[in-house]
Amino acid sequence: MPRSYVVDDPEKGVFLLDREVHMSDEILRDEMRKIFAKCWIYVGHGSELKKPGDFITRRVAGRPVIFVRNQKGEVEVLFNTCRHRGALVCTDRKGNARRFFCVYHGWIYGNDGELQRVPGDEAYTSAFDKGTLALKKPAKVENYRDFYFMTLNPDIEPLTDYLGKATEYLDLVIDQSPSHQMEVLPGTQEYTVGANWKLMVENSVDDYHLPSTHATWLNFMANSGVKVEPPKEKGLVLPTKGWAIELGNGHFTTDNVNFRGRPVAAWIPLYGDDAKQEMTEIKDELIQRLGPERGERVANTNRNLVIFPNLVINDGSSVTIRTFFPEGANKMQVTAWALGPVEETETARARRLDAFLTFYGPGGFATPDDVEALELVQQGLANWEDDRWSEMSRGMGREGEQLNSDEHHLRIFWRHWDKMMRAE
Amino acid sequence: MVQKVSRTEVEDFLFHEAALLDEWRLDEWQTLLTDDAHYLIPPNDDLDGDYRSSLFIIADDRERIRQRIIRVLDPNCHAEYPKSRTQRIVGNVRILSQDGDMVEVAANYICYRYRRYERVGQYVGNYRYKLVRKGESFLIKEKKIVIQANELGQLGSVSIIL
Repeated sequence: MPRSYVVDDPEKGVFLLDREVHMSDEILRDEMRKIFAKCWIYVGHGSELKKPGDFITRRVAGRPVIFVRNQKGEVEVLFNTCRHRGALVCTDRKGNARRFFCVYHGWIYGNDGELQRVPGDEAYTSAFDKGTLALKKPAKVENYRDFYFMTLNPDIEPLTDYLGKATEYLDLVIDQSPSHQMEVLPGTQEYTVGANWKLMVENSVDDYHLPSTHATWLNFMANSGVKVEPPKEKGLVLPTKGWAIELGNGHFTTDNVNFRGRPVAAWIPLYGDDAKQEMTEIKDELIQRLGPERGERVANTNRNLVIFPNLVINDGSSVTIRTFFPEGANKMQVTAWALGPVEETETARARRLDAFLTFYGPGGFATPDDVEALELVQQGLANWEDDRWSEMSRGMGREGEQLNSDEHHLRIFWRHWDKMMRAE
Repeated sequence: MVQKVSRTEVEDFLFHEAALLDEWRLDEWQTLLTDDAHYLIPPNDDLDGDYRSSLFIIADDRERIRQRIIRVLDPNCHAEYPKSRTQRIVGNVRILSQDGDMVEVAANYICYRYRRYERVGQYVGNYRYKLVRKGESFLIKEKKIVIQANELGQLGSVSIIL
């Protein structure tokens, strides 16, 4: 059995991570086989494909795929690989098409993947059967409330079982919409970070880093009339109390009382006085529809959710869907979208997007410093052979009342990752 | 009678602006802006989008620009500490239209960015300006920056003022 990469000793309160996990090409190859080929992996949101024929090309789990709504209106994921010689059959980033055409020898596929036409097919023998030459598909494609995932693993449990308790947190995001329909907004943020992909998992939910990494964001908030007071309670690093919660199957979330404003629906001076009335109406609708407790929860709590292995949904200063994939042990490609209720007014939509940019993205007031922190880690890890272990024991021993600024949730990730990597 | 703006005048202004940005003289750069100025970088897959309905990389109004500069000059702005060294070449300057004091200008740019360990990034694309005549020079009412790549890719963040 392959060795473990963590030292996990709850009795002594010790949790150490072998830094080789961020450096080794061999481990990366194992991750492709034991994690990315085994789990459900996020592909996209149904709202990105509005009409039959709408398609988007992406790489998911390292595979070039076409995410498409076929003529019947069903969402499909097709491998973007011609059955003849293997060329990409679609090179557009997105669009609307009934057919995909391989430029090499002219094979034509329907937007359901069926092979429709082969030029000069009379030259083939009777062994040649067009019916068996549709574009290949991942083992399974399923969705949870319009969040589409694919898997390369035919033996995996159904998506909703895999997501487990994480569905409750997706529901909380979707509850922002009176019609329960969220949509991905136009504009994709794509950027490369010179760091191992697992550092982004940690960073996306690590609330311990906020005061130091994001000092200038806190300063910006203060300049904008949102004074973030230092915590009053001993042991807190953030102004409000928040939790880290295990959701099973390697998924976890933070769950915090908001202190930073939310487009749905917690007003801060940054949004301007003009926004007050509309935001009050948005919140009233939430309370009326969901009841005071859940309405308040949707409006006034922040949650950073990780769906193992590489999907993050930050429901904070705005809602972002973020996924990332390794391009080598020391590099990852990050893709991020904004998500909003379909019925949102123009002014509320503009506010949501503006709030997004105050924190998130390559030009935001916080994300660039996260990117820098992760790259500093990756560069520092060049010493890994002589300084082998990362310390990750914060909050150990108080399971059950884990703070978002502890490292309980990071340990959940690493234990699950380690378990999957130790499988043959 | 409004005097026609010459390309040379516009070039002088843009070259001066480029020097201020390369030299991190951002407080001086701010004096080139109108009180209602916008600084915009659209997403790579929606270059003609509107920042009110599309997720931009940057969509700053005047106040946000002020805050961006406070942030980027702060030693706690880790993405720009130590500061990047940048060198930009601005060219292919064209006056697209002039309406009274308002001038629309297009220009191409290449901005080389060097960071720690001399890691280099090349931002390549075009600027679209809305300029307002002010005396012998201009003020920037809007600066929209297209990054001519399908994705930001290796460039990572846009933590400098581009």
